[in-house]
Amino acid sequence: MTTTKSPRPRVLLVDDYPDAREMYSEYLEFSGFDVVEAGNGMEALQRAVDTAPDIILMDLSLPVMDGWEATRRLKADQRTKEIPVVALTGHALAGISEGAKQAGCDAFVTKPCLPEDLVREIRKILDRPSSSSTAKARRSGKHAKTS
Amino acid sequence: MPSPPAALLAVGAPRPAAKRQRSGPYTGVPRVRVEVEAGPGDDGELLAARLRLLEGFVGRSELADCATFALQWLGEVLGLAQSICLVRPADEASLFVIGTYGLAGSAVSRFSVSLEDWGNPLVTAFANRKEFFFPAPHSAADRRRRPATPFEDSPFQVLPLGVSGFSEDAFGLLLLGGSAAFRQELHWFTNVFSQKLDQILRQQTLADGDRKQGRERALLYNIINAVTDPILLTDAEGRLLIANARALTLFTASEEESEGRRGAVRMNNMLLSSALSSKAIEETGATRRELLLVNPVDGSDLVFELLSTVTEDARQGSGVVSILRNVTDLRRASEEIEDNYRKMRIAEVQARAESDRLNLIIDSVADPIVVTDAAGATSMMNEPAERLFTIPLHASEIEQRWVQNNDAHFSSFIAGMLVSADQRRVGEIGLSDPKTGEAMPVEAIAGKILSEHGELTAVVTILHDRREAIEKALLYEQLKQASDELERKIQAATADIAQQNELLRRQAIELEQASALKSQFLANMSHEFRTPLNAMLGYTSMLLQGVAGECEPPVKRQLGRIESNGRHLLTIINEILDISRIEAGRMPLQLSTFRIPELVSEVKSELEPIIMRSKLTVTLHLPKDLVPISSDRQKVKQIILNLLSNSLKFTHHGGIVIAAKRNAKERTVTLSVADTGIGIASADQDRIFEDFRQLDNGPTRAYGGTGLGLSICRRLAQMLGGRISVQSQVGKGSTFFLTLPTKGRK
Repeated sequence: MTTTKSPRPRVLLVDDYPDAREMYSEYLEFSGFDVVEAGNGMEALQRAVDTAPDIILMDLSLPVMDGWEATRRLKADQRTKEIPVVALTGHALAGISEGAKQAGCDAFVTKPCLPEDLVREIRKILDRPSSSSTAKARRSGKHAKTS
Repeated sequence: MPSPPAALLAVGAPRPAAKRQRSGPYTGVPRVRVEVEAGPGDDGELLAARLRLLEGFVGRSELADCATFALQWLGEVLGLAQSICLVRPADEASLFVIGTYGLAGSAVSRFSVSLEDWGNPLVTAFANRKEFFFPAPHSAADRRRRPATPFEDSPFQVLPLGVSGFSEDAFGLLLLGGSAAFRQELHWFTNVFSQKLDQILRQQTLADGDRKQGRERALLYNIINAVTDPILLTDAEGRLLIANARALTLFTASEEESEGRRGAVRMNNMLLSSALSSKAIEETGATRRELLLVNPVDGSDLVFELLSTVTEDARQGSGVVSILRNVTDLRRASEEIEDNYRKMRIAEVQARAESDRLNLIIDSVADPIVVTDAAGATSMMNEPAERLFTIPLHASEIEQRWVQNNDAHFSSFIAGMLVSADQRRVGEIGLSDPKTGEAMPVEAIAGKILSEHGELTAVVTILHDRREAIEKALLYEQLKQASDELERKIQAATADIAQQNELLRRQAIELEQASALKSQFLANMSHEFRTPLNAMLGYTSMLLQGVAGECEPPVKRQLGRIESNGRHLLTIINEILDISRIEAGRMPLQLSTFRIPELVSEVKSELEPIIMRSKLTVTLHLPKDLVPISSDRQKVKQIILNLLSNSLKFTHHGGIVIAAKRNAKERTVTLSVADTGIGIASADQDRIFEDFRQLDNGPTRAYGGTGLGLSICRRLAQMLGGRISVQSQVGKGSTFFLTLPTKGRK
């Protein structure tokens, strides 16, 4: 639990379900992260440019602009393309992870995902030497997949 | 009167034995000898009268003149007032009056005596050379016996006239009126008169014959000369006596003729002589033989048929009459005819052979064949046709009628064919079977046969029994109907099936769509379930971790219950999701090569907390050298995890053994999970792999779970090309076998 601002990595948490967003936000704050929230893809793009987060947790099913489109735009933007994006979805059907990867997601986490598991996943990505490189597949819970 | 008296004097009594030579040559000098005898009365006067008569005869050469003179002499010298002289001319059967004296009128001129009237005494007198005297009749009977004469009822005597000698026939009668007298004078008179008449008659005959002979001879020569065939008469020595004109050109040549012609004539004479001298003629009298001569005119060969006949002539000896008929042309014609005949024979033999072969062919044809001539008459038919058209032996009346009807039908068909201009005609004739009378329709194919000149020579007709064909056609029609019916039924059935298929296809699509919808629904539901569950589990976890401050131990225990139930719910949701994904075909395989023992150890370590709680021993019997397999590691792990979880759940004491065995031949690896649990009844052993099946399905189930675990395991195993099975005994335990190919399939 550090209070200094600079060492606290900033997480952009994009989720349209407020309870889930608040839960992860509270736990990430508790776990020592600086959390910026967004409720849809459009907002996420704005926040990403404005706050320059270290990592973005992107729910894929979003109103206004969905997570896939938002990720594509982030990856297309010079200012944000270096930021790792972790797709976060309750959809476990085949093809979703593939679509996420094509959109430019660096990791893929299936909900339900316990807060501590999510934090573990985030740290793993952030601890990697090259933060922008494609993350190695790591299982998070039974159905978590990376490619 | 130049006749010498000596000659007259020589005329005397006839010499009865001397036969007169009638056929002797006529010398032209009458050989009459008259014996001048002294009669009664005055000898001198009588002698003078006799001489007068003889002198009168000398100058007379006509019968009538002579007779008139003679009868006048009788009347003047002997006083016979009435007399008639009758003579039979040559070749006549009656005596005609040649002179009368003292009689006149039609009675005399019409008088004649038929020699065929045998009842007439005059004929008797003539035929028998008898003298009769007919006195005047005293009664009707006397009158009837008298011949009818110009003397009527006056007495008269009859004297036959004829030369001396009994062998000579009489040639006339002398009828003298008055009583019979002067017998001696009359005897002399008749003798002299007869001789004179005979002489005249004979002279007449000779003169006639002479003229006739000359005419006939000329005629004969003309005839003979007119004959174009040479005719020859040769004597016994072969010398030529008579030859006609044609013969002369062949056999005679004058000195002025050319040497070649004379040579030819000599040659011909030699050939003829040799032909005639051959013995054959003498033996047979008349022969026909061939004689080859040379034509003296042009030297060509002539062939003659020599017909020789030997003639016997008492006066001139035997001779040979030869007629030569020119057969040169005949011979050539005959040779030609012979040649033609030979050719014809050969042609005939060939034709017969041809005909035999044709007959053989025609007879061997099963269909009746009839050959008809241009007049419509049957000229030939084969055996099958005979059966139709000829009445068999011992045929009954009805059978005969059948055949006759057949014949009539066929004849009318042929008649139609003959009058039509068609070269060919095909028709149908309604015949009857000659055996049964059954109707027998035949197809008749008739063709005309024409000669080179286009004349109709024959009509050949072939008949074909149509009964079989008709029957076949009928059967075919029935078959076709049945077939059509069947086809209709099949079509109807097919349409039905097609409709049902379409229905089924739609249902299948609908079902597929429904299934897809169901899968989609389940996928969506699981997502919707998990979103709130995510928050619940997350907050519970945070509370337990004391994010919002430490909790009291009872609260922690309660939070633990929430967490474990939440996790259970999550498991159920995940299983439903798996089934949905498998059913929707959205479960792709991720093939990799891995080792079974490592995977099993991983599963065991993941379940270690549960194993620890269950106090069961889990033993691994995994050969170290087990070959790595190529398959979807995640799915294999899920299956093993499930099997081990089940064993742990249903086993209360004892242990669990996990073993692996390779079947090199089948190229498979079989993994077994054996427990000492409650076991499964054999009747239920198949059912446990069905969806949502937990054997204890009652409301108070002793064991939790969706019942989807084994169903998912079986589907996953099938996806991987393997299988899953169970051996179990209730109360003893269960062993589950997972068999996988060492080389997985996509």
